[in-house]
Amino acid sequence: MSYQLHGSTFESDEEGYITDISLWNEELADLIAQDEDIEMTDDHWEVVNFLREYYEEYQIAPAIRVLTKAIKKKLGPEKGNSGYLYELFPYGPAKQACKIAGLPKPTGCI
Amino acid sequence: MNAEIATEFDTEGVQKNFMFVNRKAPYGSIYALEALEMVLISAAFEQNAVIAFIDDGVYQIVKGQDTKAAGMKNFSPTFGVIEMEKEDADEDPDIDMVWRIVVERDSMEQRGLTAEDFSIAVEVLDSAELADLMNAQDVVLSA
Repeated sequence: MSYQLHGSTFESDEEGYITDISLWNEELADLIAQDEDIEMTDDHWEVVNFLREYYEEYQIAPAIRVLTKAIKKKLGPEKGNSGYLYELFPYGPAKQACKIAGLPKPTGCI
Repeated sequence: MNAEIATEFDTEGVQKNFMFVNRKAPYGSIYALEALEMVLISAAFEQNAVIAFIDDGVYQIVKGQDTKAAGMKNFSPTFGVIEMEKEDADEDPDIDMVWRIVVERDSMEQRGLTAEDFSIAVEVLDSAELADLMNAQDVVLSA
C-alpha cells in the first residue's frame, strides 16, 4: 500500500501506517485521514499533535489507556475520556490517530 | 464490534504483585525491549509492579545512550513511560496500583555507576533487600 501526494509516493504497510515516519507532513496526514473517512478539525489535530509530541519524547506510541490518561492530564477531563476520543476517531482513537500522525501501530490493539 | 468499543477492563479482584527482573544489557538481544513492553502491558491492567534492574540490566536506564553506530533504535526514552506510570500511580487516587523502580546496589557500583547516571528516578536496594522484595511477589519474571 502507499499514498500519493503531489506526485510523490509514500510507502505504507498493509494497514496504511506509513513506513518512514520522518517523511510525515500535515498534508499527508490530511490524506490519510480522508482514507479513514475523517475530516480533520482542530480537535483532531490536538490529539494528533499530542501523539507526535508523545512519540518524540518516549519513542513509543501510547496504548489507549495511556492516551486517555495523558490527554486528561494535558487537556482536561472533558477530553481525556474514551467517549470523546471515539467520537473523533470512531475506529479506535490510538490506532486511527496514530496512523494519521504517521506513527507505528500502537501495541494493545485499540 | 462490542469488543472494539469496550476500552475499560474490569480487573477487580485479579490484581497481583509482579516483579520484572531486567538483567541484560539493552542492545544485542531482544530481552530488554520485550520486558519493557511486558511492563507497559501490566500497567494497562493496573497490576502492582516492581521493575528491577540488576547485573548488566542497569545499563538499560543509563542516561545519554547513542545507538547510531549499532544501527538500532534507542528505546531508552521509553523508560520514561514507566516513570510516568509510577508517578501517576503514586499521585492519582483513582489508580489502584503500586509501582517501584529499583536498582541493585552492587550491580550499579561494580559498573562505576551512581543513581545520578540513570535517566529515571530509582530506589537503590542492597541484594538482601531485593531478595526480601522478590520473596514478597506473586509473580517474578526475569529477562
